[in-house]
Amino acid sequence: MGYPHKSDPKENVVLSEYFGDAGARTYDGWVERGGYKALKTALGMEPNAVTDIVKQSGLRGRGGAGFPTGLKWSFMPKEKTRAHYLCCNADESEPGTFKDREIMRWTPHALIEGCAIGQYAIGAEVCYIYIRGEFTEPIKVMQAALDAAYANGVLGDNAMGSGKKLDMYIHRGAGAYICGEETALMNSIEGRRGNPRIKPPFPAAAGLFGMPTTINNVETLAAVPHIINRGAEWYSGLSLASEKSSGTKLLSVCGNVRKPGNYEVTMGFPLKELIYDLCGGMPEGRTLKAVIPGGSSVPILTREEAEGCILDYEGCVAAGTMLGSGGVIVFDDSVDMVYQIMRLAKFYAHESCAQCTQCREGTAWTVRILERILAGKGTQDDIDLLLDLADQMTGKTICVLSDSCAVPVVSGITKFRDEFDAYISGAREPVLTHG
Amino acid sequence: MSEELVKLTIEGVEVSVPRGTTVIEAAKEAGINIPHYCYHKGLPIAGVCRMCLVQIEGAPKLQISCATEVAEGQVVRVFGEEESKARSSVLEFLLINHPLDCPICDQSGECELQDFTFDERQGQSRYNDFPKRYDPAEQFGDDVMFVANRCILCTRCVRFMDHAAEEPVLNVSERGDRAFIGMHPDAELNHPWAGNVVDLCPVGSLISKDFLHKARVWELDHTDSICTGCSQGCNIHIDTREELVVRLRPRANEDVNKFFMCDEGRSNYRWLNSGDRIEAPLVAEGGSLVASGWDHALARVAQIVKGSTGDAVVLASGKSSNESLFFLRELFGEFDLKAHFRNFTVDGELPLSGVEGLALREERIPNGTGARQLGYDDSFNGVSNASIFLILGDDLEGITPEMLSGAKNFIYVGTTLPEAARNADVVLPATTVAEEDGTYVNRDNRVQRFSQARTAPGMGRPAWWAFAEVLKELGRGDAVDTAAEAFDAMASNVGAFNGMSYSTLGKNGQKLAESSAGVSK
Repeated sequence: MGYPHKSDPKENVVLSEYFGDAGARTYDGWVERGGYKALKTALGMEPNAVTDIVKQSGLRGRGGAGFPTGLKWSFMPKEKTRAHYLCCNADESEPGTFKDREIMRWTPHALIEGCAIGQYAIGAEVCYIYIRGEFTEPIKVMQAALDAAYANGVLGDNAMGSGKKLDMYIHRGAGAYICGEETALMNSIEGRRGNPRIKPPFPAAAGLFGMPTTINNVETLAAVPHIINRGAEWYSGLSLASEKSSGTKLLSVCGNVRKPGNYEVTMGFPLKELIYDLCGGMPEGRTLKAVIPGGSSVPILTREEAEGCILDYEGCVAAGTMLGSGGVIVFDDSVDMVYQIMRLAKFYAHESCAQCTQCREGTAWTVRILERILAGKGTQDDIDLLLDLADQMTGKTICVLSDSCAVPVVSGITKFRDEFDAYISGAREPVLTHG
Repeated sequence: MSEELVKLTIEGVEVSVPRGTTVIEAAKEAGINIPHYCYHKGLPIAGVCRMCLVQIEGAPKLQISCATEVAEGQVVRVFGEEESKARSSVLEFLLINHPLDCPICDQSGECELQDFTFDERQGQSRYNDFPKRYDPAEQFGDDVMFVANRCILCTRCVRFMDHAAEEPVLNVSERGDRAFIGMHPDAELNHPWAGNVVDLCPVGSLISKDFLHKARVWELDHTDSICTGCSQGCNIHIDTREELVVRLRPRANEDVNKFFMCDEGRSNYRWLNSGDRIEAPLVAEGGSLVASGWDHALARVAQIVKGSTGDAVVLASGKSSNESLFFLRELFGEFDLKAHFRNFTVDGELPLSGVEGLALREERIPNGTGARQLGYDDSFNGVSNASIFLILGDDLEGITPEMLSGAKNFIYVGTTLPEAARNADVVLPATTVAEEDGTYVNRDNRVQRFSQARTAPGMGRPAWWAFAEVLKELGRGDAVDTAAEAFDAMASNVGAFNGMSYSTLGKNGQKLAESSAGVSK
């Protein structure tokens, strides 16, 4: 991890090697640490060859969906008849996730280098880095690094002397979670309201400003220079379990552990070891109750499920959840799951863009029912109602925000039904007075 | 959209539609109206209400039919359990904050939320114990009121202002269930075409102050007509309640006005309800006009025509139908006729800029093209010494008595009797555009029918009927009983209309032959 704690020997420190090392933030410091070699290499290759290396590495999207990155790049039109764009999604807003923030804070040039390689591979002369507005410090660091990259000829009309034009801009978000959804992000860059768009058309056909566009997460792009430097085989070999999941993954651990923070492990690392070994386990006298392993939008795991969960794309699916963004939220036995689920639902209700009916109305209604249960006024019918609403909020809207709200509700009711029942029967004191 | 046809099955009905058609449009071919709110054929697709969800065989989840294109061999299900439940659920969500104030809502009776709630049998809500959101009504513009409580955020109004009017003053403000239709703080909804948002609104959220609480819509009769406001010839509905015109609404015609009409045209209906009407034929006797029956008055007109030769001057209103203009010309066929129509022009068009070929035109009369085709011009400058002078349907605004003096005989055919016409020899009570059937020709040479929406007061009759009766009296023609007969007589006589028939003009009208210029017998 590197900051604020020292890295654990069980970690596999690739992206986070220089976390906590202020020297890596400067252009000279980055070059001293081997920076911009990968870009130089890439600019000397055919763009398709760069894409092929990324394909062979098995790198998959780290933003949540886990889509193969090289494949995504290859969707861009081969014949370039219009402007192509690369968007870097740095709108990290998923509750429980704070890995991209650290990449930008400590190794801004790693991201710039990754973006530049991606741009070159897909034929995009312009890249937009869309950074969450609340990330005031990372924005400053990134802007300084971007200025330095231009000043040193890394970017611009003649990037690293290659004759290629690579331009990059930082676009600051204005505080909407939904702008992390790729098409909403494009609308936001265009100056429109950050509403997700209907797909198709997909971004590779008509994305930013209606042009072919690829959008990748910060962590995904930051991994690209390492792949170019050390080879696709090295990266695809970084796998402890399923060979479909390769590389390292930054995991943001928060909640009831002794040492919360970012940990970088090889794909296939056991969740149990992450919690008990790397993060120091539960606070004194507490036991593990539940874990959300991939940011707030993925199903909750019980203690038993969590302790058997393997942290890669396939392992999480096998455990009934998803790796998502890698935001690991840990709950100990003191936690009121009904309340936690209400808080999550409230987040989604607040952040719904209000386009789709099910999401706009369903998220808010869900919150009201949960609040009613927490106020001791719930009934068993409310449980059925919550599940029915969740069913109607799943798979029926433009984007998955609505689904994301339904996920913790359904998994929470299914796995922690007794806690709901306790509020409904009166066995548990109400914690809210309204509802 | 190519003309290549794609075959698909919707609820067991096989249809063939051009490639590129959306499923919701294809369903209409199968006789199915898939419930929808945000979708409107005249606006860009938003895909947000999620009401038009259907099952498409092979798709992993339900699809919105408004944004899904047809594909060869596609099998679409609309009324199966899953998609019906999804639509019921959308209705339940929409009704969370909808006030159910239908008894005092203007939209009631033509409300898509009511209609689809009945269709989907979504009569119950499980949102029982929570209070509904309440926001006061707002003025959006001079005529448009916004009742936020009823809004279902379909965004049709926003998209109309963004993409059709191209004056983006409306928006969606806030997020989640706090969202509402907002307006630019320094703007008002007073675009010359803004009134269309009232028609577009599927619920009673955007309403017209002019129509507010005027009628329950189920009391209204709807008649197909043509707007008389300008030469664009927008297709409209005249809505009447017990013989009173209470509002005008656009009627869809892809070739003329798409789905829209301007506010000027929309508000131009009060004259149709005027109480100040000539209710009986009047004949001059002993220095004053005396009420008479039609027979006597028509005989008097025939007598005048028969007893005169030489010059005749005719001044017709720009709102006169082709049929009336044609028979009027026939009446003076044996004279040296100077035929004029009254034109009104205003500098500058008021376009609906996002829609091609649609504007409030400079020529503010509906039938200038028809009049020109029938040999009329708009250069009236006096009567001089004509043996007969006839005015058809004009209120003579701006015309001085001097310009009307000098003719030996003066016949006035109209709906109201202006001061300047009180020295006429005969006055015949005519009908307005709302009281007769007939046709106009718009600026694009499109011949369009309008229909009778209310009964004419008193003894008023269409002018073409009266002129045909006089011709019969003179032994120069047969009686003409319907506008269809009148039109067909014109079509066989006037080159530009050759080959056309009233019955085949249809609802969308028909263009004059390209080469038709001027009059030929």
